[in-house]
Amino acid sequence: MELQELIIQKLQKNFPDSFISSNVYMGDLSVKVDKKEIVKICTLLKEDSELLFILCEDVTAIDWSKRNNRFTVVYHIFSFKHNFRLRIKADVDESDCAIDTVSSVWKTANWEEREVYDMFGISFNNHPDLRRMYMPEDFEHYPLRKDFPLMGIPGSLSLPKK
Amino acid sequence: MGLEAQLKSDGFITSTIDAVIAWSRKNSVWPMPMGISCCAIEMMAVADPKYDIARFGSEVMRFTPRQCDLMIVAGTVTYKMSHVVRKIYDQMPDPKWVIAMGACTSTGGIYRTYSVVQGIDQFLPVDIYLAGCPPRPDNLLHALIQIQKKIGKTKARDFQNKPLPELPVIQNN
Amino acid sequence: MEILKEKDVNTKILQALMDAESDVSVDDALENEMILNMGPQHPATHGVLRLLLRLDGETIVACVPELGYLHRGYEKLAENMTYYEFIPHTDRLDYLAPMSNNVAWVLAVEKLAGIEAPKRAQYIRMMVAELSRIASHLVAMGALSMDVGALTVFLWTLREREKILDIWDVLCGARFTNSYTRIGGVANDIQPEALAMIKDFIGQFEGSIDECERLVNSNKIFIERLDGIGVATKEQAIDFGFTGPNLRACGVEFDLRRATPYMFYNEMDFNIPVYTEGDSLARYFVRADEMRESSKIIKQILDKIPHGEILLNQPKKVLPKKTDVYSKMEELINDFMIVNFGINPPKGDIYSAIENPKGELGFYLVSEGEGIPWRCKIRSPSFVNLQSLPHLVKGHMISDVVAIIGSLDPIMGEADK
Ligand code: SF4
Repeated sequence: MELQELIIQKLQKNFPDSFISSNVYMGDLSVKVDKKEIVKICTLLKEDSELLFILCEDVTAIDWSKRNNRFTVVYHIFSFKHNFRLRIKADVDESDCAIDTVSSVWKTANWEEREVYDMFGISFNNHPDLRRMYMPEDFEHYPLRKDFPLMGIPGSLSLPKK
Repeated sequence: MGLEAQLKSDGFITSTIDAVIAWSRKNSVWPMPMGISCCAIEMMAVADPKYDIARFGSEVMRFTPRQCDLMIVAGTVTYKMSHVVRKIYDQMPDPKWVIAMGACTSTGGIYRTYSVVQGIDQFLPVDIYLAGCPPRPDNLLHALIQIQKKIGKTKARDFQNKPLPELPVIQNN
Repeated sequence: MEILKEKDVNTKILQALMDAESDVSVDDALENEMILNMGPQHPATHGVLRLLLRLDGETIVACVPELGYLHRGYEKLAENMTYYEFIPHTDRLDYLAPMSNNVAWVLAVEKLAGIEAPKRAQYIRMMVAELSRIASHLVAMGALSMDVGALTVFLWTLREREKILDIWDVLCGARFTNSYTRIGGVANDIQPEALAMIKDFIGQFEGSIDECERLVNSNKIFIERLDGIGVATKEQAIDFGFTGPNLRACGVEFDLRRATPYMFYNEMDFNIPVYTEGDSLARYFVRADEMRESSKIIKQILDKIPHGEILLNQPKKVLPKKTDVYSKMEELINDFMIVNFGINPPKGDIYSAIENPKGELGFYLVSEGEGIPWRCKIRSPSFVNLQSLPHLVKGHMISDVVAIIGSLDPIMGEADK
């Protein structure tokens, strides 16, 4: 069986409620899932002996600005067994701006999620160390949100006295 | 060469203390390599055998600010980093000079973004702005020569009775 | 501690440090814990990395890295400029291997736009990517040796690196912020002089790398300071998300040039050096071997490089040649449209990654059909590799931290973005 079909089938079978859709664009397979079961889905993808997505390459997010579900959290995972990369997407709404952490599944996700928290303000439930990654701790805004201006908000970051 | 030539005659030269101090000061500028990003790599290149900053008496790159008199700020200074740069500048003993190496340091360069300080002269006195992204090593040497010229014109008493900078006693960040 | 409480900023980091779990226990007469701050201005942290170390005597009990001192807002910048305009910015990501980043970016954009550069351009790209791998590993090797006390190696590797920078100077007019690649090709064809220089360089390179290695490879101090320091097992390495030389030093034979071949790497004959120890010394050896493999690849490219176009002829997506812009109406209009409105790739999202000297450099691009990307995420290898630092330094001495950072070879420009 084709690997792509296999992945989709496994997800559909195990998580009939959470699996939303899948699509292939430019050779990349991405699946869309519900955020509720994200940890379980990731665990399955990592530990299933036919898939073995043991390398988490990247966790990031997209701000859609005006859409209903404002944010989408995107995971890129890689399987050495098949030399195949899978993209998982989960929508997060602004009103409930949180998703479960997958840092228990892949350690890599720890810092990646901190970065997403820093840049988008999406918080990760049960994260072991959720602090800002890049910006100073007393910074109040989330730079990669679309409503944050490129040049920043004057006075939000301090300079030393001359 | 130089001084030894004088020794052949009477064994002494006449000069002012000012001139001697300025002369020795300008030929032993000890840089503080404040290497932050890409420009720091070109600053490294200045020290390598090809460009060899030792020809100008500045090969003694000290990583402790207490032993330096020229700070070369090489790289993009972000708001978060600016406090550190300033602190290191404050720790350097007087007299001291600053080269803002590269477009980023001088004006923010290509980073017109929320996190980059648009020119370090907002919080530091700068003596030389060095253009280029990154400036070529020869250009940095040129800046060093300009600094030497500037130092050569100073008088020792210019630096007397300067108020000491106010240093906060507890420094935690 | 009271003073610390006043400033909330510091307490948070300190708290993280005190909370950091640790299984290290020391039987030491000096039974007292100490907090040591290292960086961001420190000669051995390779840029502006800051570490907070909890020490017991001289043994490290816990470590918390603090990043962001070089956060320049790349991803926000990318959302505000066209795909072409972002090429120069990629130079400054991993500033030890700018060409490689250029290649990664244009490959990502080409994937998004659904175009492919001509064969000759791809070969040139491969060549410059491998050259920049050598340049980057040379600095890594020299800096690591310098960190553990062998200054001469640093000067010698820099001397070699200068030769590569000279080649780039001829090739594109800049020493190391090259911006040489273009969407759909490269900026200019490779000049005969540059080709000759590359040939010369490759011809003498193996000899000089041997020379550099002879300085340290049997040096007892050098070996002892790296051997068995900062060990990561195979499983841990994958769990931490290591890629590139760091992963291969842990016994995983994974190289994107093999795993998901891009450009023409599948036509090249090269080995993937793998070591199983997973310590700092293994990481050093992997880099040294990789340079030899790269020079092998460059030799093959020099033999095989085909003739032909270096820029795709795709008026809506690829900037026309400047000579045509100045003489033909059509090209002028296309040039104007692309410069002003961008190349408008179709709606969709892609992830494209290449094997950078530091590891897997990936770009995740989301296009809404406009001239500027809706979202651009940079997956930088240094950022991910650095994450393992607290684990690697645990239980070692302060002086080993320097060696471990040096062997991980992080570049803060890319880690902080
Ligand atoms: S001026 Fe250019 S090379 Fe220098 S730090 Fe800034 S971006 Fe990097």
